[in-house]
Amino acid sequence: MKKDIVLKINGEEREVTVESRQTLLDVLRNHLGLTGTKEGCGNGNCGTCTVLIDGKAVSSCLIFAVETEGHEILTIEGLAQPGKIHPVQKAFIEEGAIQCGFCSPGMILTAKAFLDTNPHPTEAEARQAIAGNLCRCTGYDKIVRAILKVGAKTL
Amino acid sequence: MQNFEYFAPRSLPEALALLENTGQKVKILAGGTDLIAQLHAGRAQPAIIIDIKNIPELNRLGWDADKSLHIGAAVPISTVVDFPYFQQRFGMLHQGCSLIGSTRVRNRATIGGNVCNAAPSADSAPALLCLGTKAFVANSRGTRVVPMLDIFRGPGKTSLAANELLVELEIPAPPAHSAGCYLRHTPREEMDIAVVGVAAFLVLAPHSKTCQEARIALGAVAPTPIRVPTTEALLAGNSLNKELITQVAEKTAEAASPISDIRSSAEYRRELVRVLTRRALKAACVSLDIQIESGD
Repeated sequence: MKKDIVLKINGEEREVTVESRQTLLDVLRNHLGLTGTKEGCGNGNCGTCTVLIDGKAVSSCLIFAVETEGHEILTIEGLAQPGKIHPVQKAFIEEGAIQCGFCSPGMILTAKAFLDTNPHPTEAEARQAIAGNLCRCTGYDKIVRAILKVGAKTL
Repeated sequence: MQNFEYFAPRSLPEALALLENTGQKVKILAGGTDLIAQLHAGRAQPAIIIDIKNIPELNRLGWDADKSLHIGAAVPISTVVDFPYFQQRFGMLHQGCSLIGSTRVRNRATIGGNVCNAAPSADSAPALLCLGTKAFVANSRGTRVVPMLDIFRGPGKTSLAANELLVELEIPAPPAHSAGCYLRHTPREEMDIAVVGVAAFLVLAPHSKTCQEARIALGAVAPTPIRVPTTEALLAGNSLNKELITQVAEKTAEAASPISDIRSSAEYRRELVRVLTRRALKAACVSLDIQIESGD
């Protein structure tokens, strides 16, 4: 029951042979070498495997790779442009919003999708936006400050 | 995870023919946020999965001329909650849907899936019940219309036959002079499951503070989401005030049949029903410009 599919990841078309049961997370990490996306809980609770599909944050552990044909997938590897990191990444570095780094890809992509629809959020809105992403270093304050910094800069 | 055969039909007849020929071993995949978690845990082991997201009929989202809303079974919750006029017209359902899972879950999960997964705690269910929602259920021979209350049969069980597919939900326009509210209790704000959910919906007699009709629905206190006709009857025909609301909240708590589990004791659930019913009724009153003396 293997299937050849074409996935559009970070603007590039990638051909891959997968089983129906393989999650997008599994295929990203184990077939395509895109290990920036992390596996935490494996059941949609923690947010570490967050990727963007058609601009919307989703849990890649709760999506089969075969479901995503024809959609635009953005992983953390595709966020920076050559020689230029994304403003959200820059703000995370500046605010020290990274401790062990495990939640960072999910946090940053969640923040990016959130800021795309709400460019100048309040603190409460920023906290709500990352409520589904766990940081076990508990660096939430710095993460929120980073998100607000991006919001303030683009005003 | 056990492997399975994956189909993504592009038309409703194709999907229904597939269902007709495959029977019991099939699971329907919409957003997958419940199903794939169940597959990971080994709690579902289908031989075939039918992905319904590419079926045009199941992606319909729109208002009818009579202002009823049709929500296709494959439409993501985030699309529904952002749909123009959805929040204004169906505030209580907007509240319930906005509480499901997390942003990530709502970007995939569907209201149809929330219904078909048939969790007693489903956050969309109490509001859907109060709003008189109808489900359009199809098999290869035709479509039947099922009142929402008749969909739920038990935890994880619906009245849909193995060859049937939920196509869409139809939510009628609420009557004039009506308002509702859904409240739930969870320890964590996102990615948590309701310990108790309460929806209260009030219709006023024109130009009065008299309740013409009331609907109360509860989640997570019985094997299915339930309506509470006994306490709805206490409200109908009466003037809305603090004493009546207190009495209705107490009687609603008595009508619930909660269990004790990892999330809560039965006693705590019953107390939550009382408190949340009172608060939901008060909030509905406030929306109708009726001020109720505050307690908590």
